[in-house]
Amino acid sequence: MSTSNETLFIQHFGNEESRTLNYYLNQMNGYTALKKALGMKPDQLIEEVKASNLRGRGGAGFPTGVKWGFIPKQSDRPKYVVINADESEPGTFKDRDIMRYTPFLLLEGMVITGHAIGSNVGYIYIRGEYTREAKLLNEAIQTAYDRGYLGKNIQGTGFDFDVTVHRGAGAYICGEETALLNSLEGKRGEPRVKPPFPAIEGAFRGPTVVNNVETIANLPFIVNRGGKWFSDLGNLPGSGGTRLVGVSGHVKKPGLYEFGAGGVTIRELIYDYCGGILGDKKLKAVIPGGSSSPVLRADEIDVILDIEPLQKIGSMLGTASVMVVSEDYNVVQLLRRMIHFYAHESCGQCTPCREGSQWMEDIVKKILRGQGREEDIDLLEDIASNIDGKTLCALGEAVAWPVQSFVKKFRPDFEAFIRGGAHA
Amino acid sequence: MAKVLSDQFYSVMKKLEPRYPNKVALMLPALHAAQEEMGWLPPESLDEIADYIGCHPAQVREVASFYTMYNLKPVGKHHIKICTNVACCLRGAYDLVDHCEKKLGIKVGQTTDDRKFTLHEEECLGACGTAPAMMLDDDYHENLDTTRLDELLDSME
Repeated sequence: MSTSNETLFIQHFGNEESRTLNYYLNQMNGYTALKKALGMKPDQLIEEVKASNLRGRGGAGFPTGVKWGFIPKQSDRPKYVVINADESEPGTFKDRDIMRYTPFLLLEGMVITGHAIGSNVGYIYIRGEYTREAKLLNEAIQTAYDRGYLGKNIQGTGFDFDVTVHRGAGAYICGEETALLNSLEGKRGEPRVKPPFPAIEGAFRGPTVVNNVETIANLPFIVNRGGKWFSDLGNLPGSGGTRLVGVSGHVKKPGLYEFGAGGVTIRELIYDYCGGILGDKKLKAVIPGGSSSPVLRADEIDVILDIEPLQKIGSMLGTASVMVVSEDYNVVQLLRRMIHFYAHESCGQCTPCREGSQWMEDIVKKILRGQGREEDIDLLEDIASNIDGKTLCALGEAVAWPVQSFVKKFRPDFEAFIRGGAHA
Repeated sequence: MAKVLSDQFYSVMKKLEPRYPNKVALMLPALHAAQEEMGWLPPESLDEIADYIGCHPAQVREVASFYTMYNLKPVGKHHIKICTNVACCLRGAYDLVDHCEKKLGIKVGQTTDDRKFTLHEEECLGACGTAPAMMLDDDYHENLDTTRLDELLDSME
């Protein structure tokens, strides 16, 4: 347990200077970790990352060191380091700041990852809309090549590593790692059947780690200051480091915050850090981890914002992207907008997701028009439960969970529309 | 087949080729580069990309039609994409959409008669802490209200 208030990222955000190599070298101990890491054996490095309790920051929270451990030591095909910079889970906006303000943390982290798993090739798969961020990354990459931090024989160590920015083109599903890999390979972004998992057969059929931007940007700190130090930044067992927390919606001070993992409750976050609810209204609902995480009622916010505590109350930390809804906002309308998103983004491979999401949107629209029937609420729950767990990828759950949780927690709001017509 | 893509397109591709183990992986970069110079992706450009990559034209079409950023129909000189996903709609994004529709005299999905503006609703742009947000061509604009929106649209040539 730590009482440290140390932050790793946020003090550099918003500063145009911080994206330069000079700033990185002089103000952030830039590239000292790389030398240290390349002097370590890959297994040692993986053990250090395991000890750090770094868990994936892209939503699933899988321990990074364990994920790396799945990569075979020997491989006939090249191995790949792929960065998931698709950042498309609604509510999430942290990786964008890492890429535009501290790009070298990511680039140094990628070389360290390459050494750990025995890969010399990295791709950053960045969402297509981030055109400016892709440009900034490409500039940083060019600088790194020019100064010997990427390419052949990095800093005279004999280690080679290349990085290429690969732009997506507007598809939420490409945040799913196997859809992302298909998209990288020049195909439609449709998730693959697993197994084989990417660690065995990923990009171009080679063993591949797919890691989130924030996850990999943590590595220089872990290598420099040790796995134990990093682990101790967290406040709960098994959850190390700090977390970038994005807050949006009806709070007075939305934006990015950074805390030691598990160092804040949702109530503290909203009222102590974000200045409370806009217009000093009452709180209606909180979506704690990106729009696919099950919604919480106002009486559930004394929960610690981290992986296990949220799991215990039936929700999830996801990308630590907290969306706050005040008392006078129509949650039925909000759910309709959320289902519309998932219906629009369903790749169409799995029938339950493709048909079910559209059907649920139609039902909620009907309820909003005042034409809903009492049994429509049960029908929504029934369709959602027939999507949950029955699709190739997690987009199925991503649409099922919001529906199930909104209906469960705000049933009276739905009933009011059904009983009172459109102007409930 | 008359070529529609420029030498610049081919030189960008040439530089990217060594970055990937095969040519099919250049599909998305090629579609981006083609759209950048043509504003949209006319059928001839898709055929030419197929020719360049060495795949069937249907393969290019099935990929291009999967991704919303590829314009398979012409768009106006300026492309307005207003995010109306959760964080933005909580912060009044639909007021911005309504305002745009009235101001430009078009509905979402349409282009003005002078072909200056095309209006779309956009899914989450990843700018939720500074909502409501929109993309105007390649640029993000955040913390928007109707006054700022008017200023931006009025300043476009």
